[in-house]
Amino acid sequence: MKISIIDYGAGNLPSVERAFWRLGVETERSTCPEQIDAAEGLVLPGVGHFSALVRGLEKNNLASSLRAAIHRGLPFLGICLGLQAMLTSSEEAPKERGLDFIPGKVRALPGDVKSPHLGWNQLKRIRPSFLLRQVPEDAHFYFAHSYAVRAMEAHPVAICDYGFPFGAVIERGNLMAVQFHPEKSGEAGAQVLRNFLECAR
Amino acid sequence: MTLARRIIPCMDVDAGRVMKGIEFEGLRDMGDPEQLAARYNREGADELVMLDITASRDGRPTFLDTVRRVAEQLNIPYTVGGGIRSLEDGHAVLRAGADKVTVNTAAVERPELVSELAQEFGSQAVVLSMDVKEINSHWEVFVRGGREATGLGAVAWAQEGVARGAGEILLTSIDRDGTLKGFDCSLTSAISAAVLVPVIASGGARTFEDFLRVFREGQADAALAASIFHSETHPIPALKRFLAERGVPMRLSQ
Repeated sequence: MKISIIDYGAGNLPSVERAFWRLGVETERSTCPEQIDAAEGLVLPGVGHFSALVRGLEKNNLASSLRAAIHRGLPFLGICLGLQAMLTSSEEAPKERGLDFIPGKVRALPGDVKSPHLGWNQLKRIRPSFLLRQVPEDAHFYFAHSYAVRAMEAHPVAICDYGFPFGAVIERGNLMAVQFHPEKSGEAGAQVLRNFLECAR
Repeated sequence: MTLARRIIPCMDVDAGRVMKGIEFEGLRDMGDPEQLAARYNREGADELVMLDITASRDGRPTFLDTVRRVAEQLNIPYTVGGGIRSLEDGHAVLRAGADKVTVNTAAVERPELVSELAQEFGSQAVVLSMDVKEINSHWEVFVRGGREATGLGAVAWAQEGVARGAGEILLTSIDRDGTLKGFDCSLTSAISAAVLVPVIASGGARTFEDFLRVFREGQADAALAASIFHSETHPIPALKRFLAERGVPMRLSQ
């Protein structure tokens, strides 16, 4: 099988590609709607600014194909900013609109903690999770973000707490998203990617 | 759930080999970067930093090739620096597989560089590296591998860098670097208290207790060392267990 990584002109594609290659899976960079239409599994990585991502998707006409793909049940994994893009909006770019699959607003981490939330943190599972199967309860994951979705807004399957409790893993059927970087999270991250591939097979 | 403190090995690379300087001078060959990186990835290092210490620009293609080969070995965060003077330099190392770039001398010469990199790649990908020396009981920033004074106060420069978008500070004590006298905890805690971004302490690590002190007294978010990790006198798994047993939050399982 082949995983399509959405390339909207920014983001940390090489790390994500390498992580899949290490698991023996081919990847392609999807830069046009046709490639998204033909995908077997989709990954939306993202670092940087919320507006750069949503505008990048719009500019390259990727947003509507992506919406359609998620609606027809294609396995989808959003990573970091790729999770945040699934929400309605973000304080990082109040005028932009996200893809709105998950109602809610992405918020800035509060001023009383060091920001970005940068480094390895643990999760608290609140519902059974597909992506976290066979991942040890105490595993650490690598986070690098200054914005997050409040846990009560996003109905996550797992949360992390930094400044406020926020959604770390969200699963809505074929729509899956993680606030951490599985591609940078050692063996625990690799297991999350394996679980996603399981779903895409 | 607590954010773990990070243990970060650093590889200073020249012409495709890992080197280690004593007080920034007198280089010694410490081995092959790919092999070392693979070992650190396996041993549970929380991140890897790699710096180009080649003096001339001619070595750049070789360095970028090393960046690429090292990236292949890693599934942990990877910070690359040395000789990054422009957005294009930043793009080149990120394209080669780095997750973050670190800037030092070029940022002092042209502070806008920090803003440009942060706007382009996001603050989480920009590490401001600063080499600091105590001069007449104040901390001053030095550049060009610690050889040239700048007149900049360390706290003020750290704050300016963060205001410009740096998402992390890599703080090296020149007085301690390579001398194995332990981290400079008072410098580290002064910078850590002055900025709201993570601070990586560097320079002088010799014993496990040095790491414990820099986390407790220095308020460091991460600690970086080179030679003691390269030479395997201080294995990372043993260090992390030592710190975890003394209450420092560590990532132990991989």
